[in-house]
Amino acid sequence: MHLKQLSNLTGVAGYEHRIRQYIKEKLEAKVTKMETDPLGNLICYKKGKKSNLRVLLAAHMDEVGFVINKINKNGFLGFTPSGGIDPRVLPAKRVLVGNKEIPGVIHWAPPHLKENSDQSLPKFSSLIIDIGASSDKQAKQKVKLGDYAVFDTKFSHLSNNIIKGKAFDDRVGCSLLMDLLEDKTNYPFELAVVFSVQEEVGLRGAAVLGEKIDPKFSLIVEGTAAADFPGEPDQDISTSPRLGGGPVITLTDRSTIVDRRLIKALEETAKKNKIKYQFKQPNIGGTDAGRIHKSRTGIPSAILSVPARYIHSPVSLSYLSDYKDTYKLIKLSLGNMLKAIS
Amino acid sequence: MKQTAKKFTQAYGPSGNEEQIRNIIAKEIKPYVDRVYTDNLGSLIAHKKGPGKKLLFAAHMDEIGVIVNHIDDKGFLRFSPVGGVYPIISLGQRVQFKDGLVGVVGVEFKDVPRGQVPPLSKMFIDIGAKNKKQAEKMISIGDMACFTHEFIELSPDRWVSKAMDDRISCVTLTEAAKKLKKSPNDVYFVFTVQEEVGLRGSKTSTYSVNPDLGIAVDVTGTGDTPKGYTMAVELGKGPALKMMDYSIVVTEGVKSFMKKAATKAKISVQPEILQFGGTDAGAMQVTRGGIPAGCISIPTRYIHSPGEMIDRNDLEKAVQWVVSIAQMDIGKHGFGNN
Repeated sequence: MHLKQLSNLTGVAGYEHRIRQYIKEKLEAKVTKMETDPLGNLICYKKGKKSNLRVLLAAHMDEVGFVINKINKNGFLGFTPSGGIDPRVLPAKRVLVGNKEIPGVIHWAPPHLKENSDQSLPKFSSLIIDIGASSDKQAKQKVKLGDYAVFDTKFSHLSNNIIKGKAFDDRVGCSLLMDLLEDKTNYPFELAVVFSVQEEVGLRGAAVLGEKIDPKFSLIVEGTAAADFPGEPDQDISTSPRLGGGPVITLTDRSTIVDRRLIKALEETAKKNKIKYQFKQPNIGGTDAGRIHKSRTGIPSAILSVPARYIHSPVSLSYLSDYKDTYKLIKLSLGNMLKAIS
Repeated sequence: MKQTAKKFTQAYGPSGNEEQIRNIIAKEIKPYVDRVYTDNLGSLIAHKKGPGKKLLFAAHMDEIGVIVNHIDDKGFLRFSPVGGVYPIISLGQRVQFKDGLVGVVGVEFKDVPRGQVPPLSKMFIDIGAKNKKQAEKMISIGDMACFTHEFIELSPDRWVSKAMDDRISCVTLTEAAKKLKKSPNDVYFVFTVQEEVGLRGSKTSTYSVNPDLGIAVDVTGTGDTPKGYTMAVELGKGPALKMMDYSIVVTEGVKSFMKKAATKAKISVQPEILQFGGTDAGAMQVTRGGIPAGCISIPTRYIHSPGEMIDRNDLEKAVQWVVSIAQMDIGKHGFGNN
C-alpha cells in the first residue's frame, strides 16, 4: 500500500508531476510498458495471456487545491480554487505553496477582533494566504503568480483501522491500482492502468483515454464522499456510503449511468466471496468514467470507490478494512466483468 | 401513425433502461430498412443502404424518470431524478418500474409549509408495501421508474401523453423510414440512449456511423401558452428549424440545406431558438473531427411533464421534411466532400 506516501505528496490539476514521478519509480520494473501521454496521464500496460482483450482501470492523480492569482502589497497571497472546495472550510488552515512547498496559513481574524472585521461567510475573493512575507517584494522571492497551493496535512492513523490524510480522493484509487500492478497475478487479458490528470477540474485527462486505449470496458477506482454523519434521530433516509460498509458501487452519478451488467458482476462477485458492499447515493459527483464511457462507439464503464469522510477539505478519514475489501473486489471482479459484457 | 405514437409514448424507458422501447422500435422499423443493430451504449441503428454520402437522423428513445436510492423501514422509497425532473410536477404523480410495478409520489407534509414546493429529497414513492421486507421483494435500490400518463387524442389535431419527448420524434423517423422508398444517400436512422442525462448516446452512435451530415429530431418548447417563455414557436404552425440552443449553433450551410428541403416539400417551418436545453445534434457536431449537424424540432407544450402536447400537423410535416432531406443528394449540397 502506497497511500501514506501518495497522500503526503502534493499535486493539483496540471501539476501532477510529483505523484507521477513516485508511481513511475515504484512501478517501472513491474509492468510491460509505461508511457506518459501529452496531457500527462501515466499509462501502464501489463500483458495478459490473451493480449487482444484489454481492460482499462483508472484513478486520478490530481487533488483539489488553489492557484495563486494575486500578490498583495503587504505580502499576502490571493487565490482561486482548483476543483470543488467549500470556502467555509478554509479559514486558518495550513497550506503549502508552489513547487518548493512554502508553508502558509489562510488568514482569519480571531474572535477577539471580530467586531472590527467582516462577519460574513468567507468567500474566495476575500481570503488570503499568509506566508510570513511583509511586502510584495519579499513574497515574490518565494512565490509567483500561477503557483499552486494544497492543504498541508500529514498522513496518520487514528487507530489501527482508521486512517487520516489529505487527498484520499483519489490517492486511495492510485494506491489500489499500484497494489494491483505490483501483484503477480497473470490475468487472461491485458491491463491498461491509467493514473490520470485534471479530473477535479472537469474530467479532462480522461477525455483522451478511451480513444487511445480502446478497451473492452473500464473500471474507475475512486475515493468517494461518505455520508454517515449524525443526523436527526428519527430519520430513515439513506446515509450511505458509510465507513466500514465496504466498497461503494456507483449506480448513476452526474457523469455516468453505470452499465447494469457491470454492476451485476460486481455485486455477484462480492456476494460469492462474502465481501461487504454498498451503493453510492445517485446523481452525486462525476468521475473519469463520464468521459471514457462516451468515447469511440461506447465503452461500458463502472465505478468502485473507497468511502472517505470530509473529502475536498484539509482532511479525509477512511477505514483500512474498506481499502482492503475494495482491493479484493477489484481483483476478483475483473474477469467476471469482462464476461458480463462479452 | 396514431397507433405508433401511442405504442411508442406509452413504453417504459428512462435513461439507461431503453431495452423495452428499443425492442418496440426495432420491430416497427425492421421491415423498412436493410439492417438493424445496437451500439455499445444501447442506441438502435437502422441502416437503409444507398449509393451516396452517409446521412444520419437521430431521435432519442430515453425519457426522464427517477431512480430508487433507499428503502425505509415502513417500505417507502426515496429517489433521485434521472434527467430534468421538476419537483412541482412530480408531486402526486404515478411512476412505473420496468416490470410494470406502479407507485405514487408522496411528500413529508410536516416539513413542507403549505403553498411551498418541496425538493425531491422531501418526497418518497409509495408502492403499497407494508414494510421494508415486503418492499425489498418488489424493488431494488438502483431500479428506475418513469412517470406515467395515458395517450389521449384531445381533438383531431392535438395529442397528449407522457414521453412525447422524444418518442414523437422516434415516430417521425419510423414513419419517414416507411415512406422513403429510395434515397441517393446512405441513410441511418438512429434511436439514441441517454439524451436526457447529457446527450451521451448520440456521441457514441455518431462515432460509430461517422456520417457526413447528422440531423437530430427532438421536441422543443413553445411560446404560445399564457405567460409562457418568450419564444417564437407555436403549436400547429409546422415543425421548427433549430438555429441555436444550449448545445449547438447550427451552421449556415446546414440550415440553408434544410430550408431547401422544406421548400421542396412545400412545408413551412418555424425558426427556433431554445434558451434552455440541448439536443443530440450538439453531441454530433463535436464528434470525431467535427460533423455538420442540424435539428428538426417538433413544437411541444409542457415538456418534461406527463401532459406533453403536440399537434398532429406538425408531426406529419416533420415526417415529410425528413423524407425530403433524405431524397436530396447531400453530396451535391456540400457535405462529405472534404
